[in-house]
Amino acid sequence: MHIMEGFLPVFWCLVWFAVSIPVVVFGVYKMNKLVSKKREILPILAVAGAFIFVLSSLKMPSVTGSCSHPTGTGVGAIIFGPAITAVLGTIVLIFQALFLAHGGLTTLGANVFSMGIVGPVVSYLIYKAGMKAKINFYFIVFLAAAFGDWATYITTSTELAFAFPAGGILNFVGFFSSFSKFLEVFAITQIPLAIIEGAVSALLFKYVIEVKSDILVEMNVLTESLVRKIRGLAT
Amino acid sequence: MSRKLEFIVIAIILIFAAQFFYMSSTTHAEYGGADDKPAGVIDQITGGAYKPIAKPIWQPPSDEIESLLFGLQAATGAIIIGYFLGYYRAKNNFESDFGIQKDKKLQRDEKIQT
Repeated sequence: MHIMEGFLPVFWCLVWFAVSIPVVVFGVYKMNKLVSKKREILPILAVAGAFIFVLSSLKMPSVTGSCSHPTGTGVGAIIFGPAITAVLGTIVLIFQALFLAHGGLTTLGANVFSMGIVGPVVSYLIYKAGMKAKINFYFIVFLAAAFGDWATYITTSTELAFAFPAGGILNFVGFFSSFSKFLEVFAITQIPLAIIEGAVSALLFKYVIEVKSDILVEMNVLTESLVRKIRGLAT
Repeated sequence: MSRKLEFIVIAIILIFAAQFFYMSSTTHAEYGGADDKPAGVIDQITGGAYKPIAKPIWQPPSDEIESLLFGLQAATGAIIIGYFLGYYRAKNNFESDFGIQKDKKLQRDEKIQT
């Protein structure tokens, strides 16, 4: 989903920066407030950030014969919400743009929007809906992370199609023809990876619940009685 | 502690690996990065008229260096995750060994279970 350095016209670079910067600024504000109020969440915040670090560095071979990588933002989005996850995603994207020539500084706004904002928002909404529907918690995490991952890549395709619609700017038909071409690159390649991301995210949640469930209760991710139910303890 | 979820995850990864072995032995797929492909699509759409507006300030000089840096990135993240999960696990164990009361009800339930 990293749009390469320079591969967006100036206008679109600015548009995506304008969209992303307020969210990241709000995320930094929220993160500061949270950390100063509850210092004990810092390790879990680090784990959520580190998970993005690990997963976004793993380029895996997919069914289509090309390689892509998961995003790892689902866990952060469920525990800390999309705004704080946007900050974590931005840190990873800046690191990759500077040291790996992966993504870029001009396209940072667009990449933050897809990986740091849309993905986590989709994950968060699925998590909220799943909790309302009262389905198995690990299955909710799986769905949230997998669809968040997939939404990130669809967003990248959309961003590229906006910037490069076939047959000139504001060409509606041209937009969709470009959109389908970029989707061809990303969408199917990403399906198996999204499934793996969902599964691994659920596993990470299992371990966090095992060792530090009180943080999840404190962050209102889970209720006390649900934690007991998941761990198989008497309520 | 049930290990059901671990088995499911391992099964998914095995299916994924089998898919890779099958695809890579039956096709001549290049396994290039999907992130690099849009450049070709953009060329095709614009007829090669689009020139990138910027170049990366620094590029890893070779594929080996690039994979080194990606490896470092993954390792850094993995250390952080492993450190904290291990830290909390050991802390919980010690606390229950020395009888430090964390959550009385939770502890009692855990005892009943084991």
